[in-house]
Amino acid sequence: MAALPLEVRNLRTTLFTRRGEMKAVDGLSLTVGAGETVAIVGESGCGKSLSALSIMRLLPDPPARIVGGEVKLNGRDIVALREEDMLDIRGKEIGMIFQDPISSLNPVATVEKQIVEVLMTHTDLGRGQARVRAHELLELVGMPDAARRLDAYPHQLSGGMCQRVVIAMAIACSPSVLIADEPTTALDVTVQAQVLALLKKLQADAGMAMIFITHDLGVVAETADRVVVMYAGRKVEEASVDDLFENPLHPYTVGLIGATPIPGAERAERLADIPGMVPPLNALPEGCAFAPRCTRVMDRCLAEKPDLTVPGPGRLVACFAAEGA
Amino acid sequence: MSLLSLKDVRVQFNTSGGVVRAVNGVSLDLAVGETLGLVGESGCGKSTLGKAIMKLVPVAGGEIVVEGVDIAPLNREQLTDMRRKVQMIFQDPYGSLNPRSTVGRSVAQPMVLAGWKANATAERVETLLRWVGLPSDAKQRYPHEFSGGQRQRIGIARALALSPKLIICDEPVSALDVSVRAQVINLLEDLKSQFGVSYLFISHDLSVVEHIADRVAVMYLGMLFEVGGRDQIWRDPRHPYTKALLAAAPIANPKLARARQRTVLQGELPSPLNPPPGCPFNSRCPLAQDRCRAEKPVLRPVGNGAQAACHFV
Repeated sequence: MAALPLEVRNLRTTLFTRRGEMKAVDGLSLTVGAGETVAIVGESGCGKSLSALSIMRLLPDPPARIVGGEVKLNGRDIVALREEDMLDIRGKEIGMIFQDPISSLNPVATVEKQIVEVLMTHTDLGRGQARVRAHELLELVGMPDAARRLDAYPHQLSGGMCQRVVIAMAIACSPSVLIADEPTTALDVTVQAQVLALLKKLQADAGMAMIFITHDLGVVAETADRVVVMYAGRKVEEASVDDLFENPLHPYTVGLIGATPIPGAERAERLADIPGMVPPLNALPEGCAFAPRCTRVMDRCLAEKPDLTVPGPGRLVACFAAEGA
Repeated sequence: MSLLSLKDVRVQFNTSGGVVRAVNGVSLDLAVGETLGLVGESGCGKSTLGKAIMKLVPVAGGEIVVEGVDIAPLNREQLTDMRRKVQMIFQDPYGSLNPRSTVGRSVAQPMVLAGWKANATAERVETLLRWVGLPSDAKQRYPHEFSGGQRQRIGIARALALSPKLIICDEPVSALDVSVRAQVINLLEDLKSQFGVSYLFISHDLSVVEHIADRVAVMYLGMLFEVGGRDQIWRDPRHPYTKALLAAAPIANPKLARARQRTVLQGELPSPLNPPPGCPFNSRCPLAQDRCRAEKPVLRPVGNGAQAACHFV
C-alpha cells in the first residue's frame, strides 16, 4: 500500500522562553489521505498554526523547536532533515498558503517573477517555459485578466487577487500536500466563497491532501471531510465533519458549536458561551486544560489529563465525561 | 418618532486619485429599542457611515436627525448633548483605550467631561464595571493587563457611562475568538434588555448580524441596497447582492451547507474611486441590463416590509 501523503505522529513542539518551556504542540497525531481535507480548528493560542509551521519545518527558532515525534511526507520522515533538503521539499511536495496574502508575497517583484522563481527552483523548466506555465497557473486560479496581471506588483492587486497568486505558487509544482492556514480570514465574504470554491476544485482535480486551519466553524462545515479540534496544544476531538457537528462529544466542541450562530436556523435566545478564555500556555492547569471552563468538570479532570479514547468508529475524544457518557 | 433618522447622508474624501464617495446618499431610520444590523464588505462605507453619525468624519450633505434634532450642521460644542445620547464602540478595543490611563480613568472620562462630582463618578465606575462583568479591582489596572474580550467590555462600560440611547457598534466582535465573541454578544443583548438601549450594529459577519439584529441594512459602495426585517432578509432576500452575500456566507452546519444552492458571485468590489456608472453593482450582477449601466436605482418599498434599490426587483 502506498504511504499516506501526510502522517504526523506524536508531534511535540516546545517554546523555550525566559518564562519557561511551553508545550505549544503536545503530542499531535493526524493523517491526511490523498484528496482528503482535514480541518484543524480551535481558538487563538490552541497550537493550530504552530502545528502547521512544525509540519512545514518553518518554526521560528528560537523560541520554538520540535522536541519529538514524526512528520511523514509520502512515507519519509522529515523532522530531522537538513534545511537544504527542506528547501527542496517546500513548494514541491508540500505547499502552504498563509492568512495574509499580501505579506506572503515579495513586494518588489512582479507576479510573474515570483511564480517563475518557484517553477525554476523546483522543476526543469527553462525561463521561457516557466513564464508560459506562470500564465497558465494564473488562469487556473481564476485571476481576472491574467495576462495583464503577470506584470503587476502585489500592491496593485486586491487581497483576493494576491491570495490567488499565493495559491498559484503553492500548487505550481503539484504538491501532494497543501497546508492552508486561515487562507480566507482576511478576505471579504464573497471573495472568501470564491477562494474556497477554487481550493476545493484544485484539490479535487489534483487529489491533493489538504490541511485547512481555521477558527471559523462555518468554513469548516463548508470545506472539511474530517475535523481535528485542538485546545491548549492538544487534540481534544477528531471526527468526520458530519459526526462532529451532529454529535459533538467534547464539551469544548459542544461549546464552540453552540457559540456559532447559524443563519437561517431557528434563532436561539442566547448563544451558548464558554465562560473564561483559553489559558496561557505557561499557566496550564494540572489536569485537563479545559477543566476550568468546562460544564461537565469532575474531580478526576482536575488531577489527570485525559488521553484520547475511541468512542466510536472514526472518532477520537479526550474527555473523562464524554467517555463515561 | 425615530431615535435616529438619516436623510440622504453623504460623506466624501478627496484623495490624490480623485473623490471617493464613501457614503453616497444613505437614508435610514432606527427606532427606539431596535437593533439595526449594517452589513457589507470592506470599503462599502459602513464604518464611515457609523463615524458620520458620531460626527467623527466631515459630513458632506444630508441630515442626521437624533431625537428630532439635525446634528449634521452642529459644531463641536453644540454636539455635547448628542454625545450623551449616542456612543460608539470599536473593533479594536486596545486601540480605542489610552494605554497609559487606568481602566478606571478611561471609564470615568465621560462623567468627568459631563461635570460629575468625584464621588458620584467613582460610584458610577463601580456600577459600570459590574454591569459588564469585570472585577472591581479592574479600575486600578491598565488596558494591556486585559484580554481582547475584557478590553471590549471596558469599551462597552465607557460607552454606557452616560446612559446613551444609541450605541454604534463598529465590528465589536470581529477581533475576538469564537467563545469570547459569544460572551460579548450575549452581554450586548443583556444590556439592551436591561436598559432599552438601541444598537447600530456594523459587521461584515452575516451570521452574527442575523443573530443580534431586528432589522438589517445591506450596503454596497456607499449605497444602501436593501433594508428589511431580519427574517425577510434571510428567508426572502430581494436584491441580487443580498442574495449573493447570503449564498457566500459559510454556514456552520455541513448538511445545510451542502443542501443550499451556491452561486458564487464573480469578481470583486470595484474601486470606490471609479465606481461603475448607474447601479454600482452592475459589474458583478447576474441580472444587469443596459438600464442598470445608465440609471442609478433608488431604495423603494418592494413588499413584505422590505426596501430594495434595484430596477428588477
